Amino acid sequence: MPSITVSVNGQEYAGEVEARLLLVHYLRDHLGLTGTHWGCDTSNCGTCVVWLDGVPVKSCTVLAVMADGHTVDTVEGLERNGELDPVQQGFVECHGLQCGFCTPGMLMTARWLLNHNPDPSEHEIREAISGQSCRCTGYENIVRSVRWAAEHGGKEAAGPESGLEAEEVPA
Amino acid sequence: MTATDAGAAPVGFGRMHRKEDARFIRGHGNYVDDVNLPGMLHGAVLRSPYAHARVVSIDTSAAEAHPKVKAVITGETLAGLNLAWMPTLSYDTQAVLATDKVRFQGQEVAFVVAEDRYAARDALELIDVEYEPLPAVVDARRALDQDAPVIRDDKEDVASGTSGKHHNHIFDWEAGDKERTDEVFASAEVVVGQDILYPRVHPAPLETCGAVADFDKVTGKLTLWCTSQAPHAHRTVYALVAGLPEHKIRVISPDIGGGFGNKVGIYPGYVCAIVGSIVTGHPVKWVEDRSENLMSTSFARDYHMRGEIAATRDGKILGVRVDVIADHGAFNGTAQPTKFPAGFFHVFTGSYDLAAAHCKVTGVYTNKAPGGVAYACSFRVTEAAYLVERIVDILAYKLEMDPAELRMRNLLRPEQFPYATPTGWEYDSGDYPNALQLAMDIAGYEDLRREQAEQRGRFERGEDGHLVGIGLSFFTEAVGAGPRKHMDILGLGMADGAELGVHPTGKAVLRISVQTQGQGHETTYAQIVAEELGIPPDDIEVVHGDTDQTPFGLGTYGSRSTPVSGAATAVVARKVRERARLVASAMLEVDPADLEWEKGRWYVKGNPSEAKTIQEIALAAHGTLELPEGVEGHLDATTVYNPPNLTFPFGAYICVVDVDPGTGAVKVRRFIAVDDCGVRINPTIVEGQVHGGLADGIGMALMQVMAFDPEGNHLGASFMDYLLPTSMECPHWELGETVTPSPHHPIGAKGVGESATVGSPAAVVNAVIDALRPLGVVHADMPLTPAAVWRAAQGSPLRTDLAIA
Amino acid sequence: MQVPAHFEYAKARTVEDALALLGKFGPDARVVAGGHSLIPMMKLRLAAPEALVDINDLSELSYIRVAGGELRIGALTTHAELLASPIAGEHYPIFHDAERVIADPIVRNRGTVGGSLCQADPSEDLSAAFAAVRATMVIVGPGGSRTVSAREFHVGPYETVVGPGELLTEVRVPIRPGGGSAYEKLERRVGDWPVAAAGAAVWLDGGVVSDVGIGLTAVGAAHFVAAEAEDHLRGEAPTEEAFAATGRIAAAYCNPVADQRGPADYKRHLAGELTTRALRRAAARARGLES
Repeated sequence: MPSITVSVNGQEYAGEVEARLLLVHYLRDHLGLTGTHWGCDTSNCGTCVVWLDGVPVKSCTVLAVMADGHTVDTVEGLERNGELDPVQQGFVECHGLQCGFCTPGMLMTARWLLNHNPDPSEHEIREAISGQSCRCTGYENIVRSVRWAAEHGGKEAAGPESGLEAEEVPA
Repeated sequence: MTATDAGAAPVGFGRMHRKEDARFIRGHGNYVDDVNLPGMLHGAVLRSPYAHARVVSIDTSAAEAHPKVKAVITGETLAGLNLAWMPTLSYDTQAVLATDKVRFQGQEVAFVVAEDRYAARDALELIDVEYEPLPAVVDARRALDQDAPVIRDDKEDVASGTSGKHHNHIFDWEAGDKERTDEVFASAEVVVGQDILYPRVHPAPLETCGAVADFDKVTGKLTLWCTSQAPHAHRTVYALVAGLPEHKIRVISPDIGGGFGNKVGIYPGYVCAIVGSIVTGHPVKWVEDRSENLMSTSFARDYHMRGEIAATRDGKILGVRVDVIADHGAFNGTAQPTKFPAGFFHVFTGSYDLAAAHCKVTGVYTNKAPGGVAYACSFRVTEAAYLVERIVDILAYKLEMDPAELRMRNLLRPEQFPYATPTGWEYDSGDYPNALQLAMDIAGYEDLRREQAEQRGRFERGEDGHLVGIGLSFFTEAVGAGPRKHMDILGLGMADGAELGVHPTGKAVLRISVQTQGQGHETTYAQIVAEELGIPPDDIEVVHGDTDQTPFGLGTYGSRSTPVSGAATAVVARKVRERARLVASAMLEVDPADLEWEKGRWYVKGNPSEAKTIQEIALAAHGTLELPEGVEGHLDATTVYNPPNLTFPFGAYICVVDVDPGTGAVKVRRFIAVDDCGVRINPTIVEGQVHGGLADGIGMALMQVMAFDPEGNHLGASFMDYLLPTSMECPHWELGETVTPSPHHPIGAKGVGESATVGSPAAVVNAVIDALRPLGVVHADMPLTPAAVWRAAQGSPLRTDLAIA
Repeated sequence: MQVPAHFEYAKARTVEDALALLGKFGPDARVVAGGHSLIPMMKLRLAAPEALVDINDLSELSYIRVAGGELRIGALTTHAELLASPIAGEHYPIFHDAERVIADPIVRNRGTVGGSLCQADPSEDLSAAFAAVRATMVIVGPGGSRTVSAREFHVGPYETVVGPGELLTEVRVPIRPGGGSAYEKLERRVGDWPVAAAGAAVWLDGGVVSDVGIGLTAVGAAHFVAAEAEDHLRGEAPTEEAFAATGRIAAAYCNPVADQRGPADYKRHLAGELTTRALRRAAARARGLES
């Protein structure tokens, strides 16, 4: 069985895995990081989106062995030192989630989008999440949540009581 | 959770952040697949590749020899436990694992239990099943042909030919006055008829169905984590079916990743997981994959309808009649209240004042998965609303009348409520014309028709290839099942319990029987209590989903939570308030009748500084205070709410589309939705529910369908084939609201979870057909994919429920 | 649970290493790059290679550059990289048109140009796009490297001329002045395979179409090419009537098959309609009238 070493949310994990083990199952079942979900068989739904080397990918279509020597970021890594990432706060502010199942994937894509396009239009947000399904929200409030994060994610804290701070771009 | 500067949460109704979000945004939701128990094993189901076949033999020896396999269960194993077949929610029986035949592609044939899910999957390939394929019934319209294959020869009266009816016939059901309706039609100036299909679709929540079964041999207790929208009903059914004592069964619905009616029924996989746990002595997890979900779990709709509408020449609608062939699949497993085999379809009279109406629904078996009632259907209200709104538009086309004008002319008027429909409903309240006018105002209806006229001119002159369509839908739902005398599921009356207790320090715990799958109950139910008692929502814990910790009730589907359990919550909170009055009267040494309530406290009439807050009362109730005669200590109450009637939310929707006749592509430009669900507990959550349902309309109208080929192969068994709308197909939703409280509901609320799913498909379809009007198109069935649109425009529409040849 | 069957696995460090590993594992080994064509098939157990040679670390195959009068695209270039590439867009906007509608943004981060071409799905958009621009594929094997025309690269559904021990390393597109290109796709929904799609590249000289390439996908066009349509338009004036007539010929000569995306008559109609639209836009770009 191949041995792999993967850096996940900044922490190194080493272990033996079957070559066929999917990255999503590695994260959920081997590392206990169940925030990343799975929901289909054909790489469509996007509930499994994580970052691989800083780029959003569908972890159900990546082998864990492909992540050997690489870095993975998941939803569990968004909150830093007890401070929510602006995208997380945005989803709370704007009711961007209902059942929560698509949410981790949406958050990871949103975070990546804002890192590269800090002031996206509604169309750009819709395009960025067009590979991910949501059955609850009709996408309206997801778009609003990302816009909220764009407007409140700068170096200045959002307000005197909010306690939000600018997030470092994950490597 | 960091505080925000958005303002404090209201103590009662109003916009507030959701309490449950804290865990979900951190990836700490607890869904069934997140449950991990020591020693847990994994199950997998082997499924039939054939739609209809005799099972000749099953050889499990190679699978059993796999080093990681702990058990293999077949129909034969289950037959020994009398569990090979189980009752359905419609008084039919359903195979848990096939014994004699397989009757739909994807039907469960065997169950393996292994150490991990990859090994379980490998083991499935080691099971050798010999099948003898049989011809399949795929077309519901042919199910009652003389020579149609027999599907349910497992039923004795079918096998022996003594049932007195066709072997694929399940039921006939009627509503309304046939004679009167026939009279009205016979003498009407205008009669229009149309075959209208509501194709088979599927709710497809993002989380598939699954369970973790943990049977403790020593205590005899079964704990079942399950994706269930109705945990108490499931517990009772397991007790009845599996012979396990009900007090030894605990069903836990943890976080559920969307239900939409897909998670109401009991699936064979759950039963197999339970048996697997009993047999191996370990917890067994079974979670289906997406193809299993799409192929075998509860589909929705599949109503083949012939609708007719009768009217005067100047547009007064007189009557509607409908004949329906209902495709129920191989087992009748619809989750209907017992007396309503076609659910609430008889609400097809819609929002109009009719002289007469009649419907007949014939249920048939086919070689497809069981189901029918799912996907925010409100028990067939979706089919009814679609039928009437489509046929009204066809009438408008025939009369050459504007569809909004035709509707406005025929909508029920406020003074007509409560309104008795020709099919037996009593609508509670509504101001329909107001809602329609509001939708038209938001849409800028006149401007849109003007733009359309100009566009049509350019199209006809060959200057511009594209077409604009405007479609309306005005719907009335019947939700909140229901009065227990008339409505039960498997004999369980549809009343819900609620329990409320206030702790000594003034915090509260509410225990409810309904099961959120994203609707925000942890927040909205706290808000109901807050509204009644003045305790802040953050000080109220809402407990749900665990049958060991909550009162009995029938669960969440058919938009019944707010109408029934929301009412129960208000009632139980008022009981607590009244008990608090008695305690306060002892504290203040006044007569209870001398006390008045303002949110959060009882005060002495005329002397507001003499008061006790609910928190003070709670402490005193647990303390040493001498209580009046007959008043017990503590501050709690229970109730069972039996609704006196259903509630009737309604709405007016307008959809604007741009159609490219050269390719058939449809783009939804705008969607305006005015909803009336009575009093809104949390407007943000209400709007979220509407947004989600509107996306369903886009999906069903334009792309979602489960079609079958002549062999019964399922052509929609993955998300490559069963297409769900994305952020690109959905426009920005433009919402409006009117509020007509329900007169019989304690807080005047009606429920809204399914409204948009009910009302939106007709708006989209009406818009597309409206766009194609210059090409002479009167009707085409959903989904209006580009191919379907193009073919309709050519005058050779596609039949969407069968394979495209 | 849809998960792959067991297989052997090795990660290649260089191209030579990859070839050696393929040789070692034999003909039942497959190359895996982004894996977004292969891994889904393996999960459904429609493909079950005995070994996978992972070439994701071969960064030397990930580039887009202009050299020798050609646009050269490394096989490991992702769809996202091709979509974002200014030089690709400058010379051949057909690639941007096509990439914008291939799969979805997340899948495009991982799926590669080479992977998609080698998967050889009969509905592959890039196959039509590269056929339209008359690209050349570079294939390396134990015996060295060879080139094959894009129009001869595919031999059948899911079958290319790349042999078991070989690797596609690069796609080359000749850069010629005076041209414009475009891609038109009809899909049931964002991210779906095409119901039909057409790619066109035209060169205008002296008031006529001096050269033209038309690629079609998902409609059974031989080698993803509408050859008869090309022959018709070459030498003609670039008029609306000429584009419409060319479209009709493209429609007449393809071989669409009915499926749930649509009946054959509709797909045939689309082949024509989309060819016409692609030509129209390609010509407008050739004239500098559109970006």
